[in-house]
Amino acid sequence: MNRSPVRDLVVGLFVLAGIVALAYLSISIGGFTWHNHGGLKVYADFSETGDLTVRAPVVIGGVRVGEVSAITLEKDFRARVDMILDSALQLSTDTSASIVTAGMLGDRYIELQPGGEERNLKSGDKILYTEPAMILERLLGQVIYGITKGSDTQPSPSSGPKTKSGGP
Amino acid sequence: MANAIAQLGNRSLHVVRGLGNMAAFAASIGLAVVTPPVRPEAFVRELYKLGVLSLVIIVVCGLSVGMVLGLQGYHTLERFGAEQSLGALVGLSLIRELGPVVTALLVTGRAGSATTAEIGSMVATEQLDGLRMLSIDPVRLVVSPKALAMIVVMPLLTAIFIVCGLYGGYLVGVGLMGGDPGLYMASIRTSVDFYNDVEACLLKAGVFGVLVGLIATYRGYTSAPNAEGVSAATTSTVVMGSVVVLLADYVLTALWGV
Repeated sequence: MNRSPVRDLVVGLFVLAGIVALAYLSISIGGFTWHNHGGLKVYADFSETGDLTVRAPVVIGGVRVGEVSAITLEKDFRARVDMILDSALQLSTDTSASIVTAGMLGDRYIELQPGGEERNLKSGDKILYTEPAMILERLLGQVIYGITKGSDTQPSPSSGPKTKSGGP
Repeated sequence: MANAIAQLGNRSLHVVRGLGNMAAFAASIGLAVVTPPVRPEAFVRELYKLGVLSLVIIVVCGLSVGMVLGLQGYHTLERFGAEQSLGALVGLSLIRELGPVVTALLVTGRAGSATTAEIGSMVATEQLDGLRMLSIDPVRLVVSPKALAMIVVMPLLTAIFIVCGLYGGYLVGVGLMGGDPGLYMASIRTSVDFYNDVEACLLKAGVFGVLVGLIATYRGYTSAPNAEGVSAATTSTVVMGSVVVLLADYVLTALWGV
């Protein structure tokens, strides 16, 4: 069991490589942060959150400024969404929050529109103005309902003889 | 009829006795690890044998698994026009599942079998008995550095495997298929979370390290003291280690969703 400097060096390099790989996975890929960083904690009530999830981004003008930390149901059956925002952010008290969708069927996120009030939101404050999530299925349902009602009163002219030309 | 039932009882007792012996063996390893004297020299030598010598197959297999994931994933996602999610697919499958499991299987085959063969041949040539004659505890001197090194090596090798796999997926998805490099990395970063995914991956790797280290050393320590016994113990390590890793993987995933 004598010392062998070359082997020790190789083992040291191996352990270093492993730790670098771990750190890369944790910090760069996994986005590791200590949870006790003091962010601006605000919340907002929505009548509909769609499939908004915890850790969904909160953006202003497309720039990510924080994330959703919790989604719970209030006593009045509205959904309370807690957010942790960048602590350097100066948001006025009449800021409004809306749940929007990335693309047609993409993930939900929260978009904030800053207002013009003098006073700023503090940690623990509530965002008063909110806009609920749009549920695509409900909108489609309304559109289809509208179309069928329309076709009852005004039947569409029958289409011509079927052809096989239609294809994607 | 009664004979068959008695045989079943005998078999069950045999299994339970084996598990009990293994638990006692694990406890003695744990005791040897936490009580002085510590032997950093022996530990470093085992790190070299188990870790550094496994590095080549880990890197090669990591790259090829990542490349296959990139290729398969790209062709599947292309059908839905979702090629930009390739990074999420490769990253999540590697970090949550394939990284820890494939690394544990490879380490079982490469380092676990070598550990068993080494301890087994020491049993066969009565070296461990010689140590006992000198009133040196063979578990402390021979076994515990190997088991401890296996526990330390497994998460490190898993991390290296995953980084190689991510790069392999990048090579295929971006280099071969012409995907966007920024989208690939961004897709990995947005989908992988430290607390949900990376932490779970490390937990799995640690548990697999404990299991493989324990099985490999126990099989070698209890092998029959002849050449046939050593070869049987080595085979048994690979078979039992692989099965236990896969079972433990299911249990960990099902119970804690890791």
